[in-house]
Amino acid sequence: MTSIPAPPQRNRVLPLVKQILLGLGTLAITLLGLLLITFVIARVVPTDPVLSIVGERATEAQIAAIREKLGLDLPLWQQFVIYVWDAVRGDLGNSIKTGAPVAAEIARYFPATLELATLGTIFGTLVGVPAGVLAATRPGSIADQIVRVVGLLGYSMPVFWLGLIGLLVFYGQLDWVSGPGRLDPTYDMMMEFTLTSYTGMILIDSALNGAWDVFGNAVSHIILPAGLLGYVSMAYISRMTRSFMMNELGQEYITTARVKGMPEWRVIWVHAMKNVLVPLITVIALSYAYLLEGSVLTETIFAWPGLGSYITDALFSADMPAVLGGTVVVGVAFVTLNMLSDILYRLVDPRARA
Amino acid sequence: MTALRAWLTDPNPASRRQARLGQAWLAWQRIQRNRLAMAGLVIVGILLVVAALAPLIAPHDPLVQDLSRRLLPPGTPGNLLGTDDFGRDILSRIIYGARITLYIIVLVAVTAPVLGLLIGTVAGYFGGWIDATLMRLTDIFLAFPRLILALALVAVMGPGIENAVLAIALTAWPPYARVARAETLTVRSSDYIAAIRLQGASAPRIIAGHVVPMCLPSVIIRVTLDMAGVILIAAGLGFLGLGVQPPTPEWGLMISSGRKYLFEQWWVATMPGLAILIVSLGFNLLGDGLRDVLDPRSTSR
Repeated sequence: MTSIPAPPQRNRVLPLVKQILLGLGTLAITLLGLLLITFVIARVVPTDPVLSIVGERATEAQIAAIREKLGLDLPLWQQFVIYVWDAVRGDLGNSIKTGAPVAAEIARYFPATLELATLGTIFGTLVGVPAGVLAATRPGSIADQIVRVVGLLGYSMPVFWLGLIGLLVFYGQLDWVSGPGRLDPTYDMMMEFTLTSYTGMILIDSALNGAWDVFGNAVSHIILPAGLLGYVSMAYISRMTRSFMMNELGQEYITTARVKGMPEWRVIWVHAMKNVLVPLITVIALSYAYLLEGSVLTETIFAWPGLGSYITDALFSADMPAVLGGTVVVGVAFVTLNMLSDILYRLVDPRARA
Repeated sequence: MTALRAWLTDPNPASRRQARLGQAWLAWQRIQRNRLAMAGLVIVGILLVVAALAPLIAPHDPLVQDLSRRLLPPGTPGNLLGTDDFGRDILSRIIYGARITLYIIVLVAVTAPVLGLLIGTVAGYFGGWIDATLMRLTDIFLAFPRLILALALVAVMGPGIENAVLAIALTAWPPYARVARAETLTVRSSDYIAAIRLQGASAPRIIAGHVVPMCLPSVIIRVTLDMAGVILIAAGLGFLGLGVQPPTPEWGLMISSGRKYLFEQWWVATMPGLAILIVSLGFNLLGDGLRDVLDPRSTSR
């Protein structure tokens, strides 16, 4: 009796592993390219980094010594390799203005931006998704038109101008919120000296410390800039939600569900929403990444001590290592968010795994 | 008029030109029915007229200072939108600012799409490692947040309008490359390309003469939609003092100079912002409408 050969088993783990490895490879190449761009930008800077250290009257020998110390006498490709290796180890060079390591300075500024962008994205999602669904279920109605126009306005608004108007109305005229900065000066001192810092994000830290007065003050400061950023991301999210939802509602399984007599809210929020969620994850991740960037101008307006303020301040003191370090960090955050949304996408949508 | 219409809508066009004009006329009919798109077209039209006729329309010289008339509120006789901190008429400065905005838009609109078309069509046409390399490059540029890359570039090249335009164009091309590549991939294997190739046409000739025209409609839609973003980034650079330098009446720069007076003389910062908002809204509306009309894949039709 001959044994029947077992049917070939399809390996289900391998494709996923392969995809993740491929993704990581892409990520690595993209990051390398990112560093290459900032490296090129840094090399074409007209100001000589050596001169700014030794001054105008240095001797040839002094200049040569500094050049050697900075590694500028090496061939360009070696300089690039060193630059990449340093960046991988978390060394982004030293700030010209303060002399401190750029990476350490950015680590201090980043939580403020993260706090702002996260809250903005939460606002944007909470308002944008229902608004988009509402517009999609009643296309052409007044509600649809309003969502569309409000969204388009958000797209067309210079975010720094919106910030100024927001300050003028809600702080200057109505006095509903606190002005620029993350905290009032008195609370700032308290935060600095009496409270333990866990994350650098004031809302979380003050809550963990049980300092609810600080928390309340922080809320009154963050609500306006986060609300404005939320509006910008809401414009994008509601528009994409509308188009995804319209697309799903035209599918046959929706008709089937309706014919079965399923209540409309269940058709929309359970059946269609499940499929809308998949592309929506990418959209929300993208708008989150965009807010990390969009906060550059908002932070200037609101004197928000985040990454955006750090980069623009560095710009004005011609502190190129700081500018490029900040650029690299935002770029890395951008790429990582994209990568994460890609992975999430595969987890949520079984079709994308094949 | 009716004869012209009959000629345009003739189901059996006699010449290629007649067929093309007929198509364009039908598209125009569809746009006309889209009220929001028409509003956008009107706004863009007004921008063009205002920029062209600035010296005739503007009630005052945008650069002449009059310190006895500084920070006058809107509605003051002679200064409809008020005056700024140097006593310059805000309305006149906004009108002349339209020229700067248009200058930036036009320069970016002719450089970025050309670069993107070149990279995208070459990548799509040749495929293989050329495609892989060029698209990786595109992805790397896409991975950079636009405003921040533009900031870094301007920081290196120094502030000024030409550098701002260059920085914006260098950050704006990747989406065009993506669009152009996608279009190229769909036409690359079609019979008419094979026919030209068999006739011995060179690759540059095929790309320039037969692939690029197929990509143009999607690229044009993209340009219109992109212009709003370009206006916002240019204004942002101006606001940070990295774009056009004073005393040139650039809208972003005007907002930044009005910032000091925000709570007392709100109009100095508000008025130029409204101008930016209206113009970029115009481009968004028009681009949206164009996409609905021209893009067969658009779902919102």
